[in-house]
Amino acid sequence: MSRWRFLLPLAAASAWNRRATLGLTLLAVILASTLLLAAERLRHDARHSFAQAVAGSDLIVGARGSPLQLVLHALFRVGEASGPISWRSYRQIAADPAVAWSIPLALGDSHRGYPVIGTNGDYFRHFRHGPGIPLQFSAGRAFAETGPGLFEAVLGAEAARQLGYRPGSQLTVSHGSGPLPSASHQDKPLTVVGVLAATGTPVDRGIHVPLAAFTALHLDWQGGQPLPGLQIPAEHVAKFDLTPHEIDAFLLGLHQRSTVFSLQRRIAAFRDEPLQAALPGIVLDQLWHSLAFGERLLRGLSWLILALSLCGMLAVMLAGLGERRRELAILRAVGAGMPQIAALLLLESLLLGLLGTAASVLLLAGLTSQCAPWLATHWGIVGQSPWPQGDELPLLAAILATALLAGLLPAWRASRLALADGLTPRL
Amino acid sequence: MIANPSLPALAVRALRYQWPGNPEFTLNLPDFTVDREHSLFLHGPSGSGKTTLLNLLGGVLRPQAGEIELLGQPFSAWPARRRDAFRADHIGFIFQQFNLIPYLSVLDNVLLPCRFSPLRARRAGDPAASARTLLAALEIGGELLARPAHALSVGQQQRVAAARALIGGPEILIADEPTSALDAGRQSAFVELLLAQARQHRSSVVFVSHDLRLASRFTAVRELPS
Ligand SMILES: Nc1ncnc2c1ncn2[C@@H]1O[C@H](COP(=O)(O)OP(=O)(O)O)[C@@H](O)[C@H]1O
Ligand SMILES: [Mg+2]
Repeated sequence: MSRWRFLLPLAAASAWNRRATLGLTLLAVILASTLLLAAERLRHDARHSFAQAVAGSDLIVGARGSPLQLVLHALFRVGEASGPISWRSYRQIAADPAVAWSIPLALGDSHRGYPVIGTNGDYFRHFRHGPGIPLQFSAGRAFAETGPGLFEAVLGAEAARQLGYRPGSQLTVSHGSGPLPSASHQDKPLTVVGVLAATGTPVDRGIHVPLAAFTALHLDWQGGQPLPGLQIPAEHVAKFDLTPHEIDAFLLGLHQRSTVFSLQRRIAAFRDEPLQAALPGIVLDQLWHSLAFGERLLRGLSWLILALSLCGMLAVMLAGLGERRRELAILRAVGAGMPQIAALLLLESLLLGLLGTAASVLLLAGLTSQCAPWLATHWGIVGQSPWPQGDELPLLAAILATALLAGLLPAWRASRLALADGLTPRL
Repeated sequence: MIANPSLPALAVRALRYQWPGNPEFTLNLPDFTVDREHSLFLHGPSGSGKTTLLNLLGGVLRPQAGEIELLGQPFSAWPARRRDAFRADHIGFIFQQFNLIPYLSVLDNVLLPCRFSPLRARRAGDPAASARTLLAALEIGGELLARPAHALSVGQQQRVAAARALIGGPEILIADEPTSALDAGRQSAFVELLLAQARQHRSSVVFVSHDLRLASRFTAVRELPS
């Protein structure tokens, strides 16, 4: 037993002696396994955060077109709107006896890159995320929707934090979205009255305003441009009927999930205008399905890169056998058997594998926390833990096993070196 | 069971060995024995198979014909694993040069056999103290003990190698031209020290060299014909 115990410090000392070459190999292993883990984590986090965001609604209704486009636009504010739908249609469908609750959504404006969502108080009452968690206020209250409370806004956690707004802050909404919106509604500033607790979904980035305010902002606008010569000041908007004519989409919650398909059919057959109702979970499944090839490709490439880095390790170890002939022959002479020599080499690849995976876990944790805001902002992907979880653990084990496997060849070669190979100095 | 002192330390019978893939060279060795606590001087021209023979005696190679008995045991008939264990327990090796693991300290190099053989560790008593005593007897001491082996002169390296071969008192000491890298003056001094320590540890010695001038100090001399 004790003949084996000595091997670990010996392997470590020997590796340390060759740290320059092994260090480079280690670097390659670290980068490759970081890539592999990152791809896996991105895939998992994307799926998870998308699933969290859509979990609360049974149906998403919008103008007829691509269901994926509708879901992405309504829930993630990614991509184009599928077209407006009339308020009357919304009221009609919301009155269906199968419907428990509905949330209207008017989209398209933004404030400093954060999407503005025109909606009503039902949003805060009925919206659910993750496993049925309702929205909660970390500060302030919901907007009032009418009277003096018309121009009020409720901010998602991330939007409030990034913009530095608290209840009482004022903001003006820009028409359109993107970094350089075309025009702004500067004459009608909104007051922040509430901030939502973080949800880990796109809600965190939203700036929620009453639908009536959304309508009021666009009173003196037509076709995406301010009407020349017409300016309706904020004090006077109350005189107008602020019921919206159009919204972009609405979310539905049903009394019984089992009625979802029949309601979906009724909405598809709606006579007044062409509508569609999308089941968000199914739409996402289809999305993942269509992305599966890309995912597999990415994963395949990552494995390939890992394999290349391990080939590098193999090459370094095999080349190292040349200069280690002496060392190994001496160990054989003082009593190390072939299995022990093989173990010594395997320990080295295990050591490299362990160091490589450990360092890549650390590197990835750092990367994850650095990139989290960017991923959430641009891709709607909310990271979970910076540390490996779930599928990443078997992946780590697989990387380690592959490193060990790569060590088998040098181990086998080394154990076959005759004592004589080390004895006679050769050129 | 191993320490039957009446049997010879080493006995070779009708040995034949050929390297795989090298049909030009065949080592043929008729019978010879080395008695307990005796020393054999084995000489022969370069390429005559001296190193090959020592590989066979150390059990790293296995003869195609004939037998090697060590301490009365059918050594060459054993499987590799058992030969490895026996080598660790009962044989000390000194090579021509580059005997030491360069990144280990002098002391750690000397202690190597005790790491692989509990028996030798036990026989050394306190291995570290025993290593120091051996090294002192071979005129290595002080700050040299902690130095990495690559920072020693060749002469010092060979003496450290001798200490390593002797620690834990192995019954058999095998030396493959250990003096060929030393200058003439130091050669005889080294052989002197080595043989004195071997006597003290009651080890039998097989000493290989092509330099016949050293032969007179040994109890027996054999030639390996080319
Ligand atoms: N690993 C090896 N593979 C094949 N042939 C070898 C090997 N080592 C030594 N030989 C051959 O064995 C013969 C004896 O070599 P060696 O035992 O080293 O001689 P010596 O030590 O007496 O100089 C030489 O002809 C040499 O070419
Ligand atoms: Mg030789």
